[in-house]
Amino acid sequence: MSEAPYALQEHFRDLEQQKDAATLGMWIFLVTEVMFFGGVMLSYSTARYLHPAAFAAASHYSDPLIGAINTAVLICSSLTMALAVHASQLGERKPLVGYLAATIVLGCVFLAVKAYEWSHKFHEHVVPGYDFSFPGPEARSAALYFTHYFAMTGLHALHMVIGVAVLGVLLVRAWKGRYTPAYHTPVELSGLYWHFVDIVWIFLYPLLYLIDIHR
Amino acid sequence: MSAVPPVEVEHHENYLNTSYGVWSWLLTTDHKRIGLLYLVSVTFFFFVGGFFATLIRLHLMTPQGTLVDAATYNKMFTMHGVVMVFFFLIPAIPTVLGNFLVPLMIGAKDLAFPRLNLASWYIFNAGGLLMIYSVMRGGLDTGWTFYPPYSSLYSNTHVVSAVLGIFIAGFSSILTGLNFLVTVHTMRAPGMTWGRLPLFVWSHYATSIIFVLGTPVIAITLALVGIERIFHLGIFDPSLGGDPVLFQHLFWFYSHPAVYIMVLPGMAVTTELITTFSRKRLFGYGFVAAASIAIAVIGFFVWGHHMFVAGQSFYASMVFSILSYLVAIPSAIKVFNWTATLYKGSISWATPMLYGLGFIGLFVMGGMTGLFLSALGVDVHVHDTYFVVAHFHYIMVGGTVMAYLGGLHYWWPKMSGRMYPEGLAKFAAVVLFIGFNLTFFPQFVLGYLGMPRRYHSYSPEFQVLNVMSTAGASILAVGYLLPMAYFIWSMRYGPIAGPNPWPGTGLEWLTASPPPEKNFEVTPVVTWDAYDFPNRHDLKYPAPTPGFTPAQTWPPE
Amino acid sequence: MSETIVPRKNYVLVWAALMVLTFVTWGVALIDLGPFSIVVALLIAFFKAGLVVLIFMHMLYMRRRTQLVLIAGLFWLVILFLTLGDYITRHPLLFCQPLPIP
Repeated sequence: MSEAPYALQEHFRDLEQQKDAATLGMWIFLVTEVMFFGGVMLSYSTARYLHPAAFAAASHYSDPLIGAINTAVLICSSLTMALAVHASQLGERKPLVGYLAATIVLGCVFLAVKAYEWSHKFHEHVVPGYDFSFPGPEARSAALYFTHYFAMTGLHALHMVIGVAVLGVLLVRAWKGRYTPAYHTPVELSGLYWHFVDIVWIFLYPLLYLIDIHR
Repeated sequence: MSAVPPVEVEHHENYLNTSYGVWSWLLTTDHKRIGLLYLVSVTFFFFVGGFFATLIRLHLMTPQGTLVDAATYNKMFTMHGVVMVFFFLIPAIPTVLGNFLVPLMIGAKDLAFPRLNLASWYIFNAGGLLMIYSVMRGGLDTGWTFYPPYSSLYSNTHVVSAVLGIFIAGFSSILTGLNFLVTVHTMRAPGMTWGRLPLFVWSHYATSIIFVLGTPVIAITLALVGIERIFHLGIFDPSLGGDPVLFQHLFWFYSHPAVYIMVLPGMAVTTELITTFSRKRLFGYGFVAAASIAIAVIGFFVWGHHMFVAGQSFYASMVFSILSYLVAIPSAIKVFNWTATLYKGSISWATPMLYGLGFIGLFVMGGMTGLFLSALGVDVHVHDTYFVVAHFHYIMVGGTVMAYLGGLHYWWPKMSGRMYPEGLAKFAAVVLFIGFNLTFFPQFVLGYLGMPRRYHSYSPEFQVLNVMSTAGASILAVGYLLPMAYFIWSMRYGPIAGPNPWPGTGLEWLTASPPPEKNFEVTPVVTWDAYDFPNRHDLKYPAPTPGFTPAQTWPPE
Repeated sequence: MSETIVPRKNYVLVWAALMVLTFVTWGVALIDLGPFSIVVALLIAFFKAGLVVLIFMHMLYMRRRTQLVLIAGLFWLVILFLTLGDYITRHPLLFCQPLPIP
């Protein structure tokens, strides 16, 4: 675009106002995301409340070890993302590129593990609406667990895919040296998004994998 | 649009004539032009929804139904509801008047995110096109509420594409709300403190809160319905283990606050109209501003009153009933403050004022009958009858549409630079008021007598009232077509309005009509409170405007 | 707005805490706490989320109004979850598991 590394849009007084607006906008967007995931989490909660036994039985199909590995991967990616923002604040181009690349790689690892886990579910014939068989009288209620499992992890994975794509764009721009200590708002905002997706998983992990181990 | 004016006036560069051509509109990031783009879109959807309303009223002329068969009738009222609610009432005032005016009123050059604003218009139209596609392919018969398991299992109509259309259009609401919130927080002109914001902006702020926090929930809910229908899952379908009441909770968690999305901007417009045409400070500025926010917040606590007979817990019903009464408090504060503002005001009976007064009366009717419905025992009696239909049409049509038209008249000189024909406009306002009451008042009686809503036929003893309602609807139709005609006429032939024809006190009246592309030649510095009529010596009364003379002079002797 | 730059060390410390808490939440899940397993799991999750929000997402250093946005979001999430109040009061014995329908 322009020669300047950053551009002040015409309708803002100064860069500070522009950054202020962008940050506030991003946080409001994240709050809409909270409500978006909140709806499906509420659906999960009521279904679990109404069918506790079936949900306990069904959740044994999800391996807590894999979930823990994925949690660790995502937390590491959050660290690299935070460090990327840190590097962009200081204007260190090479570390920024490196941390962004690391974040993308970790995000892809997470998605790969998730894909493995999903394919496992397909092999076990616990995909409601496609291929579902579950032992015992509570099969119908257990299907609800898997429906919510796929809905919630699917939505989360979709957000991850979008996040990886956004970080890819950032990576290219960071490589070209677009981000400076004066202008690195895109890195910061993408970081907020990435951490948000991490937080969603922090809640999904216990809800889907852990809380019913003993039932 | 941009014709040579018949009367030669001083040419000034404004947002309408800075550039010409289709692309200068379709790729614009100017909030004023986007407001006009939205005006075109929502007007289109208004007439689509109105078309179905016409068919419904014609059909109900006779007890056995004259026009269509039962299945088609189901589609008629569904498409009327869906198009009107999601594609007219929710977006109308915020996206047209709000888009145009919020930056002007706070003294900003544009909204905080102009490109997102344009994107929201495209997203809205994409959703609308999907909706039109569903209509064209044979329509939808679930009712605008999409209750499963009917919507997810039994209906043979185009539920998925319709749901997807609403899902997409929802993002446009979110973007608009987000834009307003950020703009009001970060873009106010120097001196424009929160206590000096016009109440139009306060109400839009409250509306945006609902947009941002409610819309995601309807999005995920309708997405789940779509997924359930496509893959035959059982999230809401009881035959597959799901819980249909959960859908109703999630649906009304958004859709009840959505009622406040529709009416809060209507209150916003009315507040402006009442003060300007009473030439008086608004009575109780702080209370009205707080009431807007209170409505937005309390509005989120009342959704369960739609489910009194749906199998909800009795305790929950009691709580929701009490909370629903609470919402009447801020609404009543507003009504009392408007009437207190009128008291000893120097009232002029300009067209926008007629709409403003009409709003107050009809909103009170709609609001008071809302209290009947939030009473547990009464609701069991009138639930799903025409009483409910009449109630929400008094709020939606009598409230929101009246205010929308009033606002369009009030700010039309600002938007187009020209006046509409005052006499004809007054006539149309009166026609609308009469037509509206004739259409919907009989429905209160019908509902109280027990005529259920959504039925394609009814007992013969209801016919007189139904014919009255249909007759009223045809008068109403004239009332809607007239403004459409004379607004278009006035774009070319209306008298030049001048910057401040009424005159009003908001910042939007300080700039030229139509405003220049960046709104103000010099960013204004605000040193006065909102509606400070007594101390605004820069305002001349009566306004020196051709084509319009206020009824009284100012100040009164 | 002068930006607050968080030292790298703090990020690493938060990361370490998050990793430890992940294993804690797993370990606790292996102990049978009955109905409290979900409480503990959610408490840990909220604590982890709080760390991410406050440090990684710089919420500690944000302007008051941005903090207000987050609080509002959580408040509205709570409103949404009031829906559960309907479910737990549907049966004559308050706050019990649903009774089997005879």
